[in-house]
Amino acid sequence: MALEAKNISFRYSRKEPWVLQACDLSLARGERLALFAPSGYGKTTLARLLAGYLTPTEGQVLLDGAPLPKTGVCPVQLIFQHPEKAINPRWRLKRVLEEGGILREDILDAFGIERPWLDRFPRELSGGELQRFCVARALMSGADYLICDEISTMLDVITQAQIWNVILDEAARRNMGLIAVTHNRHLARRVAGRIYDLSRRQWDAADSNGA
Amino acid sequence: MRRFNRRTQVVFLAALLAVMLLGVYLVGALIPESAYASNYLTAKQPPSWAHPFGTDSLGRDLLMRTLKGLSISMTVGLAASAISAVIAVLVGIAAATGAKWVDAVINWIIDLVMGVPHTILVILISFALGRGLRGLLIGIAATHWCSLARLIRGEVLQLRNETYIAVSRRLGKGSGWILAHHLLPHLVPQFFVGLILTFPHAILHEASISFLGFGLPPEQPAIGIILSESMKYLSTGMWWSAVFPGLLLVLNVLLVDKLGDQLRRILDPSSAQE
Ligand SMILES: Nc1ncnc2c1ncn2[C@@H]1O[C@H](COP(=O)(O)OP(=O)(O)OP(=O)(O)O)[C@@H](O)[C@H]1O
Ligand SMILES: [Mg+2]
Repeated sequence: MALEAKNISFRYSRKEPWVLQACDLSLARGERLALFAPSGYGKTTLARLLAGYLTPTEGQVLLDGAPLPKTGVCPVQLIFQHPEKAINPRWRLKRVLEEGGILREDILDAFGIERPWLDRFPRELSGGELQRFCVARALMSGADYLICDEISTMLDVITQAQIWNVILDEAARRNMGLIAVTHNRHLARRVAGRIYDLSRRQWDAADSNGA
Repeated sequence: MRRFNRRTQVVFLAALLAVMLLGVYLVGALIPESAYASNYLTAKQPPSWAHPFGTDSLGRDLLMRTLKGLSISMTVGLAASAISAVIAVLVGIAAATGAKWVDAVINWIIDLVMGVPHTILVILISFALGRGLRGLLIGIAATHWCSLARLIRGEVLQLRNETYIAVSRRLGKGSGWILAHHLLPHLVPQFFVGLILTFPHAILHEASISFLGFGLPPEQPAIGIILSESMKYLSTGMWWSAVFPGLLLVLNVLLVDKLGDQLRRILDPSSAQE
């Protein structure tokens, strides 16, 4: 029971250089890992590959030994760095949430989503408020794996902590696999059991407990 | 009108147009045939209080005939532009979401249709379909979907790359669902602007084709028919029989054209702030 990247390489086109080469990664359910690297090392690219938004140029992404399903709700859900791009600007937020599945009041409460926000349009909310909707939507879809691509870089410390607490609770309760992409070593230490440094292609020495 | 901003202008134009179209349409539909029946006693009269637009060579009241004619022309124009807008949406979506060869074939057809002068195509099509209303409708609709289809194709190509569409797919939504919920609602404004911009073209084509004798049959008092009849008597000094119907036609067309143009600019982000 795991999400695996098997020897994947990726480039955006033939003309462009490799972004990732021969990358291996494995995440079991219930496990939490952080992806850490400076800007431009392909963190977002790897996250998109793992969630099926991109197809590897070489190698395979496998879920429990099989390729990711092409139809139906994908068990691996990705949350983007920029929430406003992941939401249809013409939809009220209630509709946005319902695209993920049935509304769960407990998740709305945990994120501090105020009910009047549900009737607003995305441009009427702040980035941090929108990001909570994106996370809530992914959680309501019933995903087994959650990949968070720098979801909290634009948020203040308190909001950041609130969102991560909900994610960690839910992940623990549902035995989800979790990948946190981040620039922030403190955050990485706090949310993840192990940290992979994409720039040095190694498990972080300080926190290494398995590769 | 420079002093008003674009939104005010559009609201003003739309209101004026709605009143005018509705008026013309209702009057046209309600006018009994007796109101423009021939009457030899009143033939060839210049404009007067009893007959503001004058009468024609058969003594028919030209105001009534013109209103009736505009009403018919507008029905034809509206139906033809609605059909062509629907074609444009279907074709545009097919080109943007279909296989490469579908896109290539559609682009080729668009180039072909746009390359031949419309009037000739409409005449050919409506002639091949046996003249009359049906031929005219199909002829106009079949030649006016091209530019809107191009626009929709571009729009859908851009939308397809939006992150939220990819997210929707990962949340288990199928192509049909995404089309109905994400794509089509986005295309509604384009659809209506396209329809409104085609409308004056359609009316003018209907009028010109009928004028040339390839469109509606002479017993229907379409504007084109009225104008073509009045041409025969122009040399006898019956100026009114061409001037008033012609002016009303031009006024209608200009209004609709202006409205469509302003709407298009409001929707175009680069000039929306004006
Ligand atoms: N759509 C794209 N087309 C071509 N090249 C791309 C595309 N997206 C990213 N790249 C390139 O791939 C490389 C890795 O980008 P990626 O976004 O994965 O980095 P990142 O580690 O997430 O950086 P950041 O921390 O700034 O988000 C960069 O050199 C970038 O220029
Ligand atoms: Mg990134």
